[in-house]
Amino acid sequence: MQNTLTIASRQFRGYFNGPVAYIVVCVVLAILGPIFWQPFFLMGHASVRQMFSFLGPLLAFAAPAMSMGLIAEERRSGTLELLITMPVRESEVILGKYLAALGLLAVLLVCTVPYPISVSMLGNLDWGPVLTGYLGIFLQGGAMLAIGIAASSFTESQIIAFFVSVTICLTLAFLVGWFLPFIPASLTTLVQWFSFDHHVEGMSRGVIDSRDVIYFLSISGFALMLAFRALESRRWS
Amino acid sequence: MSEVMIEARGLTKRYGPHRALDDATFDISRGEIVGFLGPNGAGKSTTMKILTCFIAPTEGTAKVNGCDIWADSLGARAAIGYLPESTPLYTEMLVAEYLEFIGEMRGLRGPKLHARVKKVVEETSLGDKFASEIHTLSKGFKQRVGLAQALIHEPPILILDEPLSGLDPNQAVEIRDLIRDIGKERTVILSTHNLPEVQVTCQRVLIISNGKIVADDTPAALTSRGTNRYTLTVRRTDGKSPRDAFSKIKGVDVVRELGAKADEISFEVLPSSNDDLRGEIFQAAVGAGLVLLELRTHKQNLETIFRELTMAELPNPTASDDEDDEDEDEDEDEDE
Repeated sequence: MQNTLTIASRQFRGYFNGPVAYIVVCVVLAILGPIFWQPFFLMGHASVRQMFSFLGPLLAFAAPAMSMGLIAEERRSGTLELLITMPVRESEVILGKYLAALGLLAVLLVCTVPYPISVSMLGNLDWGPVLTGYLGIFLQGGAMLAIGIAASSFTESQIIAFFVSVTICLTLAFLVGWFLPFIPASLTTLVQWFSFDHHVEGMSRGVIDSRDVIYFLSISGFALMLAFRALESRRWS
Repeated sequence: MSEVMIEARGLTKRYGPHRALDDATFDISRGEIVGFLGPNGAGKSTTMKILTCFIAPTEGTAKVNGCDIWADSLGARAAIGYLPESTPLYTEMLVAEYLEFIGEMRGLRGPKLHARVKKVVEETSLGDKFASEIHTLSKGFKQRVGLAQALIHEPPILILDEPLSGLDPNQAVEIRDLIRDIGKERTVILSTHNLPEVQVTCQRVLIISNGKIVADDTPAALTSRGTNRYTLTVRRTDGKSPRDAFSKIKGVDVVRELGAKADEISFEVLPSSNDDLRGEIFQAAVGAGLVLLELRTHKQNLETIFRELTMAELPNPTASDDEDDEDEDEDEDEDE
């Protein structure tokens, strides 16, 4: 556990020693600003549901950018060898990295808090759905980061890790919804159930359904397990 | 008998059909500085990666400080300070930050951690660079940081993969002295393909070729393993061939004519043992009425031994003999 926290804290500081954290946070905020505020005044009611629905797809790019280097870069530069040959378990390495990435995600989400605050000044904002919305988007981002780490631990190339995880995240976040019309009716419920959208929507309305929470946690757990296996497999290859 | 720190038994690593390491068995005791010597791709790094538990052997096992690499991999790793090849470091960190991170990973905390960081910085003379970012350091200083991180938890065993490669001669000497200092109270394994380094630094050499350990001895014993050879030039006074005069000497195996210029002829004399034959050669020359113009002894050095042992493997990969020195001498003429 101690090792996990040590790795997490080094990685978290590492984010801010390099450009990744600043770029990701700035780009997300720069895109989110206009697409949130432009339609906001046309809608005519004080809600930040729109913000969450935009954040989802943005995170499909941001989370892979945050996680692409976590293992791949260590592999490429050889520092993975130093890290793994210390008395530390593979699972602690993966978990430490994941915690650091969750930390960066939290920083990103905190940077969006001025939006609901501004909205609450303009109108009568119901904070309940805002909080559950943040919970939902954090869970969704967490799942995306876990997918990103899994992709990162299979390759030495950050670019490959990025594109693989963007593809998976976009598919889960959007495409499942888009392709719904082309899918046989008998499968729609199943396919829909796999989509991020489907699970995050309830929470942005203020409903916490344990099924949604379990869905995101399972995706995260599965992806982290995959990352762990990939890291472990280097011993046998 | 001193305590055995590393006990490798039949370590084999296969990548598909290729054997990167083939049945390596050796013991290394406390306080030894052992050099792994071999051409690139011979299996030096593979052995080190197995001992440090970065990869698992396909067959065989090893005990590091009494901990089995399969059953107690964390224990084995805790006993080792490791510097991988090409010194990977988190280059965006400060030296101080980095050493603290490694110290924490090694289970050091609080005042103990700070004391250790201070100590290794002293040992590796990193004082001036303590607050520098690692990527701004020269290769020699990066190597010091690499050594410092390997030393931070006072490991009984140090494994250094090519610690001297890529350094300029001055840096190499500094790092080598540092390693010798460190090795006074620790078991050190280092790999290199730089032969003089081994002779100067190590008490024992394991020569690895094509995944096999082909020699395991002290540098001195290895160099005495091969026989010396002599080259001489005589001036002939009559028409007789002087060759017979030398081949009759007791203990001479082969005499070969290297060339003749006017009445000066050069020979190479290969003795069968390592006895000093200079006197006999002189007597033989005088006895045959020859004027001895030049006589040189060519000592076998680690380099030729190394080449014999590692090249011998190439034409016939199944041969595992390391005693075919005599046959190989013929190929080594050019290297003096």
